[in-house]
Amino acid sequence: MPCGLFHTRYRTDERVFQTIWVRSWIAGLGLFVLLLPFFASGYILYVANTIFIFIVGAIGLNILTGFTGQISIGHGAFVAIGAYSSAIITTKLNLPFWLAMPAGGLSAALIGMVFGIPSLRVKGLYLAIATLAAQFITDYTIVHWESLTNGITGMFVPSPDLFGFVFDSDRKYYYLLLVFAAVAVVSGRNLFRTRIGRALIAVRDRDIAAELIGISLFKYKLLAFALSSFYAGIAGGLWGFYTNVITPEHFTIVVSIDYLAMIIVGGLGSILGTIFGVIFMTVLPELLTTLSLILKDTFGQITTLLSAIKGMVFAVTVILFLILEPEGLAEIWRRVKAYWRLWPFSY
Amino acid sequence: MTENLAFFSQLIVTGLVLGSVYALVALGFVLIYKSTSVLNFAQGELLMLGAYICLALTIQAHIPFVWSFLLTLAFSFAFGLLVERTILRPMIGESIISVIMITIALSTVMRSIIQIIWGTETKVFPQIFSDEPIYFLGLFVAEIHLFSLGFAVICVAMFGLFFKFSSAGLAMRVTAFDQQVAQTMGINIKRIFALAWAISAIVSSIGGIILGNINGISNELAAMGLKVFPCVILGGLDSIIGAIVGGFMIGILENIAGGYLDPILGGGVKELAPFVFLIIILMIKPYGLFGKKLIERL
Repeated sequence: MPCGLFHTRYRTDERVFQTIWVRSWIAGLGLFVLLLPFFASGYILYVANTIFIFIVGAIGLNILTGFTGQISIGHGAFVAIGAYSSAIITTKLNLPFWLAMPAGGLSAALIGMVFGIPSLRVKGLYLAIATLAAQFITDYTIVHWESLTNGITGMFVPSPDLFGFVFDSDRKYYYLLLVFAAVAVVSGRNLFRTRIGRALIAVRDRDIAAELIGISLFKYKLLAFALSSFYAGIAGGLWGFYTNVITPEHFTIVVSIDYLAMIIVGGLGSILGTIFGVIFMTVLPELLTTLSLILKDTFGQITTLLSAIKGMVFAVTVILFLILEPEGLAEIWRRVKAYWRLWPFSY
Repeated sequence: MTENLAFFSQLIVTGLVLGSVYALVALGFVLIYKSTSVLNFAQGELLMLGAYICLALTIQAHIPFVWSFLLTLAFSFAFGLLVERTILRPMIGESIISVIMITIALSTVMRSIIQIIWGTETKVFPQIFSDEPIYFLGLFVAEIHLFSLGFAVICVAMFGLFFKFSSAGLAMRVTAFDQQVAQTMGINIKRIFALAWAISAIVSSIGGIILGNINGISNELAAMGLKVFPCVILGGLDSIIGAIVGGFMIGILENIAGGYLDPILGGGVKELAPFVFLIIILMIKPYGLFGKKLIERL
């Protein structure tokens, strides 16, 4: 019996889930996720729903930053554009949910491409600054274009309605989000097994070399921006439909930084890592909130300081990850797996 | 007509004052970028920290302003060294995104700590300068504005002399030019990195104290750290002269845009204009007025 995994065919080598063990684990996980709403409390469902939404957005950012190497500090802006577009389409044009979502995603993609234009001339640090400017310009437009967006008072968004079925509770919305998150994960994972995905990775690794072997930088950089913003727009739309109210405060630069933190903690250029990062960075502040409720009686001040403490724990986590484990949770997972794969005969 | 002219020159003067602070902060920013290739997103927080420390020393510890000012500078120097040693040094050789993210995280940590210690409401410096406006060349100028402009110019000049004539300044310029060359000439690069952070922290806290005296001290001060990006991009990321020129230009531009467009677009243009300008510069002249153009070879 071979001690390890040895492929004899390309087909088995290219599989996403390669062994029967991985496949059965995934099946178990899928079953757990499907059944979760039946025994979880409303609070847990709320956290799970935010995780699903963030997964969609974070995969978008990872496509752009992790796989294509274009740093973006303006992801929150594209989430905002998706959220506002789908809200406007639903409330002002009275179009149904299944049209509003892709339309929101497409408008985010379009504007993402516009802000992606500087990436053709500048890269690295300069691009980071350009996307930062995109964030501020979008924020300003949303706050000041009051006839369309209601400015700082925000917009009301109705619960999504799919052919007469209204997703009006956490539990119903959970399944809708599950579908979106699953599609995002599967499409994200498979994107990088295609020609386009490989081209994007080539652009990240060395853009001049990529251009020399015939990859059009113009096309693929803009495509990366469009894809990433599309995911962001979908995430924004889902967020709006879920919370029923969107205001400009939901989409500030803090959101962009949260997304960046998620993919960095999870692992740049890894879809699995993105999922880990989102779960980690969403659950951590929720744990802190719970902890502060427990400690409320002993330390009276703790609730007023909560936002500051959350910010600090968040940032310290990011710093520790960057210094100690720059490849993120995905790398830790890989190491753990490598250890167990041949256990107990790992030598 | 004369009224229009007076309005215009008033905008220019306020722009110059604001620009002088921008120039100071941009100077600190470029200093770090030039010698360590780190894009520092925590510049605004360094500025805010300086302002709060000075305020605490003046109000809570009852130290005369001049002394608390000097103590703040000493503190900033030490703080800069500490940050470089603990957080930035392990990042040498890491990818750009990691370095950017670590300075963003650093800024969040600093903002949280400041919020925990000093809360969120705006604090006011004890009045040091008189309110009485000075009639100067046909314009009314507050004493604090004149003072801050003068002070910023003196600081910039002093740093100019430091880079030109002191051996430490020379070593920093060499490091900025080429790190390997600097090392072969026997310059301790790590020391230069630390020094760059220390000086940058000092410069920023001076800016913070000036701004704190003008507008009061609050979390809003940190936004200054982001405003610095248009200045340095306009001047060229790696040019000290560029930072100073860019700082003044953005200060004036911001005021003029605010003064004339705010009534039309309904407020907030002042905050936005520099960033619109930033995108335009990046599209037409990415390396700024004085920046070194990067030529990449395969």
